[in-house]
Amino acid sequence: MKALLERPLGTRDPGPATAAVARARSAGRARATTVSAALAVAGAVAFAVSVSAGDFPIPLVDVVPAIFGYGNADSDFIVRTLRLPRALTAVLVGAAFGLSGAIFQSLARNPLASPDIIGITAGASAAAVFMIVAVGAGGATVAVGAFGGALATAVAIYLLAYRRGVSSHRLVLVGIGVGAVLASVTSYLLTRAEVFDAQRATVWLTGSLNGRGWEHVRPVGLAMMVLFPAVVALARPLRALQLGDDAAKGLGVGVERCRAALVVAGVGLAAVATASAGPVAFVAFVAAPIARRLVKAPLTLVPAALSGAVLVLVADLVGRRAFAPTELPVGIITGVIGAPYLLWLLARSNRVGRGG
Amino acid sequence: MADPRTGSSARSPAGSSSGSSAESSSGSSPGPNGGHHTLCAEGLTLAYDKVVVATDLSVAIPAGQITTIVGANACGKSTLLRALARLLRPRAGRVLIDGESIHRLPTKVVASRLGILPQSPIAPEGITVADLVGRGRYPHQKWFRQWSSADEAVIAAAKEVTGTLDLATRPVDELSGGQRQRVWIAMALAQGTDLMLLDEPTTYLDLAHQVEVLDLLVDLNRREERTIVLVLHDLNHAARYSHRLIAMSDGRLVAQGSPAQIVTESLVEQVFGLECRVIPDPVAATPMVVPVGRHALAALETQPYPCPPEPNGASPVERGARPTSGGCA
Repeated sequence: MKALLERPLGTRDPGPATAAVARARSAGRARATTVSAALAVAGAVAFAVSVSAGDFPIPLVDVVPAIFGYGNADSDFIVRTLRLPRALTAVLVGAAFGLSGAIFQSLARNPLASPDIIGITAGASAAAVFMIVAVGAGGATVAVGAFGGALATAVAIYLLAYRRGVSSHRLVLVGIGVGAVLASVTSYLLTRAEVFDAQRATVWLTGSLNGRGWEHVRPVGLAMMVLFPAVVALARPLRALQLGDDAAKGLGVGVERCRAALVVAGVGLAAVATASAGPVAFVAFVAAPIARRLVKAPLTLVPAALSGAVLVLVADLVGRRAFAPTELPVGIITGVIGAPYLLWLLARSNRVGRGG
Repeated sequence: MADPRTGSSARSPAGSSSGSSAESSSGSSPGPNGGHHTLCAEGLTLAYDKVVVATDLSVAIPAGQITTIVGANACGKSTLLRALARLLRPRAGRVLIDGESIHRLPTKVVASRLGILPQSPIAPEGITVADLVGRGRYPHQKWFRQWSSADEAVIAAAKEVTGTLDLATRPVDELSGGQRQRVWIAMALAQGTDLMLLDEPTTYLDLAHQVEVLDLLVDLNRREERTIVLVLHDLNHAARYSHRLIAMSDGRLVAQGSPAQIVTESLVEQVFGLECRVIPDPVAATPMVVPVGRHALAALETQPYPCPPEPNGASPVERGARPTSGGCA
């Protein structure tokens, strides 16, 4: 492009123009960094409060020593066995849902296309309930079942929506339909279940962090360790894919390959998160739009993960403490936040004629 | 406004040498044709699924010129452009870039030689102009080395030439249609290729913005020696702004050549099924198509409706006569 620079075409010389371009870029980056830092601080505070608050309150100053096992015996036990794994599960599940939502919404170019709306978490739920009710499984087996269910559902939705490529409109409609079918499968399984299993499955279905231990942290932690770097590496082709398939191909993106990799990563994240905490309502759906509005950019993966984490942490804290000693599952609180947003989005997309 | 068709003869010999220096810093190898990459298609059969939409297409895109594909709706002109840009894999035949099959080369290598602006690219909600234009640098970046000062210089130049520098922080959704199209062209320019393919870049724009975009493309062609391939609906714009036309009808090539050679009344009849007169454009002297149609308002005012107009476009006889109905019945 030297020739272009040697012959400036406008009135300015290229020096200040290049500087202006660099300024615009660094302003955008600075905003993303600031938002991420602010969300991280908010998450850290919510995390500390979450570990400190409870029927046996532990002063905030004692939280950090207790996390590392230097507090007194009681607080060490409560923090390290009960509250720390629960808070960590909240962070990881929230981040995984947030990231997964950001991937699907960007790929489908549609804010409605998050895994909890288009039936992918419904597939994970149906499979997990099947494992609980029919197989009598618990822990890791339920998680594996949920993962398989999510993946199978994603493939089914893709195939059903495929007609010379997948339009986002059709994807959302087919996804909602498949989700409804799977919800009825879940209901049917519950009617056939033993009372004890049905109760266990129902709590799981609401999305709950109650009684989460290290065995719940481990799978979602591992998945994040593998999938988060993969998703960050795929962010660049995803940005090109947002411009449409033809434009992305023209820019040299291997469209089918990148999309398949992103779908697998997104399904994997949604599936492990669902397996660990149940289908916590609307987290995947709202986290990325919150991050987008804060950063004012169309694709923000790290802020989306962080806002998901903060959302689940805060919702769990509210659910635990707001009506103490009654504890509400985290999914109820996130549902209360998410449902109005869904209604607003539907009303708005109808108004601007971009329904679906 | 200068006649772009004189561009090829008026271009100075210095042009091709600076063209090759443009290549070296954008990371692609110079093409064999004096710094220009060459593009041609041999015996293409193009199909979507089972439906064959075009057969036996062989075209060579002349380097450093503006080539426009014209034809009626659904004649396969956009399909041909998509095949030339390797967006569509041909059922038979091949597309060659610098003599190599375009589908054999890694897509990123092709992307550093050839840029395509599709018919309706999608601007993600809330994206700023700076972000959108920056995404054009994709083929020149790697995940571990994303932004360099070279990228910024190319983007600055692309915004400069398209007049979008001052829009950098504006959301694309808030721009006018003409501004938006210039931003998309800036993105295509940021890709830094000397072969640019644009699918109906003037669609949905008003006449002034259409001319603005076409003038910009001629600037890019003349000042930077870019090879430009367009699909245009408007035959008059195509004749005015292209060195060379490719006319298609019903999935076949009908004629190729300079507008002066091929735009004739019989060709328009054959390609568009439209009776017309071809007269010299009073500004550029390129061929200008004036459709005959069934009605002409001035004729309506003087002739009883629904008389078909005289085929030779004869001027009305009685001035000021009111239109009357059924006069010819």
